Amino acid sequence: MVIGEGKPIKEILAMIEDRSKILLAGCRGCVTVCCAGGEKEVGILSSAISLARQNQGKALEIKEVTLERQCDPEYLEEIRSIVDDYEAILSIACGAGVQFLAETYRTTPIYPGINTNFIGVTQEQGVWAERCQSCGDCKLHLTGGICPITRCAKSLLNGPCGGSSTGKCEVDPETDCGWQMIYDRFKELGCLEQLEVIIPITDWTTSRDGGPRKIVREDLKL
Amino acid sequence: MRLSYPTSIKIVKLPCTGKIDVLYLLKAFQSGADGVYVAGCMEGDCHYLTGNLRAKKRVEYTQKILDEVGVGGERLAMYNMSAAQGARFVEVAQEMTEKIKELGPSPIKKQKSEISKQESEVKGQKTEVV
Repeated sequence: MVIGEGKPIKEILAMIEDRSKILLAGCRGCVTVCCAGGEKEVGILSSAISLARQNQGKALEIKEVTLERQCDPEYLEEIRSIVDDYEAILSIACGAGVQFLAETYRTTPIYPGINTNFIGVTQEQGVWAERCQSCGDCKLHLTGGICPITRCAKSLLNGPCGGSSTGKCEVDPETDCGWQMIYDRFKELGCLEQLEVIIPITDWTTSRDGGPRKIVREDLKL
Repeated sequence: MRLSYPTSIKIVKLPCTGKIDVLYLLKAFQSGADGVYVAGCMEGDCHYLTGNLRAKKRVEYTQKILDEVGVGGERLAMYNMSAAQGARFVEVAQEMTEKIKELGPSPIKKQKSEISKQESEVKGQKTEVV
């Protein structure tokens, strides 16, 4: 899922400084699961903003809504009848949701209330970790199910590098070396010979190097 | 025992401090509380094992929010005491009351009363004009 975390309240307060009536929009998708932008976080942020504005003596009217998803047009339509009643929308969906709101409601300023960090997993309650950089050309079958593009600081496809020491990466002693993990995994699977397979030069046009990406499925289009 | 504690304290009962939510604490301040404290069981004695430890973390998280919004995290506190410590309950109630008295009314409340004062003054002026 997409993982995000709330922006500092002071940064949000600066964004909405001149506003007196805002719509605070959460999302029931990924950001609900990573506790950054769901219904609960909408309530907490709304309370925090209200307290800050009351403290400043500048009243602020906040309408709280949480949409099923902010990355699908049908759910964004649910607020069409009320959007014009507000000066701005503060969205705590991921960056995709915030942008989709801005595309849908062109005359209403949209502000982001969270930072979108990565595609990752819930390692344990309250701990999330990056696992995918959406490069568009999955090679996990070649690397024992561990992504070297994400887990190696240099995104090396034929590692490890000389910065690997006692299983850790030179970038941060707390970070596991991606290629050490791949080696350990191959060992567990009994196929260490796979390390000898050279992964050829990658075509990065499927990744960000090719500009914004788009998928069109003619079989699904209406 | 029949001990008395300050009348300014309003008790909100929960089945366990593990039920404490950041939003409950913030709402209390929004509703005009000058201070809030959570009275949980002794650490290690939670009937649900970790309820009071979870509450402690949520209180700390909320304190940071209160600092950020200018209310002040020091207006929120967590205490641990057992159900058999009636005297300690009173002691904590007095200690917290004294602390909040020193800090004065919540800035939220001050602002609210100033706004309503201004509004009433404006209304008064209007009446005179009329």
